[in-house]
Amino acid sequence: MALTDEQMERYSRHIILKEVGAKGQKKLLEAKVLIIGAGGLGAPAAMYLAAAGVGTIGIADADEVDLSNLQRQIIHGTPDIGKAKVKSAAETIAQMNPDVKVNTYRTFVSSENIRELIREYDFILDGTDNFPAKFLINDACVMEKKPFSHAGIIRFKGQLMTYVPGQGPCYRCVFKNPPPKDAVPTCKQAGVIGAMGGVIGSLQAMEAIKYIIGKGELLTGVLLTYNALTMEFHKIKLPKDTHNCAVCGEHPTITELIDYEQAECDRK
Amino acid sequence: MTITVAGEKKEVKEGLTLPELILLENVETPEYVTVSVNEEFVASDKVADTVLQEGDNVEFLYFMGGGCHGVDR
Ligand SMILES: [Zn+2]
Repeated sequence: MALTDEQMERYSRHIILKEVGAKGQKKLLEAKVLIIGAGGLGAPAAMYLAAAGVGTIGIADADEVDLSNLQRQIIHGTPDIGKAKVKSAAETIAQMNPDVKVNTYRTFVSSENIRELIREYDFILDGTDNFPAKFLINDACVMEKKPFSHAGIIRFKGQLMTYVPGQGPCYRCVFKNPPPKDAVPTCKQAGVIGAMGGVIGSLQAMEAIKYIIGKGELLTGVLLTYNALTMEFHKIKLPKDTHNCAVCGEHPTITELIDYEQAECDRK
Repeated sequence: MTITVAGEKKEVKEGLTLPELILLENVETPEYVTVSVNEEFVASDKVADTVLQEGDNVEFLYFMGGGCHGVDR
């Protein structure tokens, strides 16, 4: 597939980069990225990936747009209140870039559907806000041998890491099991600056793009943390030793997906 | 002795234990924080017995949610 004149123009700022070029742009157009959660992290990530010309973007989310979402979920606008988030996101992307095919999944991910859902994608982006979903996404990606970007945000802080099969620790290597319900606050309980989703979600999009074009260093084996109040980024080198991990280790004890219980107060 | 905590050099007393450092650092929800010393995870049942040494590099890894719901219950 050759790039059209219009595509050469649209993506000219990518194509001029020696790390991308027409070759890298074609890789982006052929790539499939699944975003789980069209919220604070997923919204900016989806928009940058769409603008970048990632050819297929899947969005999974069961929720509707709520007034309280608009402070940070910039893919949705005031007229979208009450609309399914996946529909609102797909409409925004269609306006931004007609090169992008959007697959919408108006569903919560569960042990029943997630493996099938991620199977047809090249890269998965975790934009969820709760630990049951984060562990489910991790374990499913390990089992299906899919690379994914983990991220979390709260108050003025954010963090992310990237898992690529065989290239370093998974989320469960670091965080063995989900904390009990309500033990660790969520954004809904503790608050978050909207731009935090923009910072960290954009970094997730950056990881997906680098993975697709095969350039640069990914956050594999590294947890990158960001503190907006002190304006500091810090890279935490993660232990290399993954062989004891319950899911990605040599003798995994988790071979079936687990649906952990979610904090009651997170539900609307 | 000098140790590094979350990327910053700190002067602490000799023989400081990990639980003491957790208190000093005011770590939020300490029972749910993952600790690494010199790029090795400290198993949760080993935290209490860990005595820090000169030059140790300690990191606290926090659970962080954020984003959007993804699963139903
Ligand atoms: Zn692992």
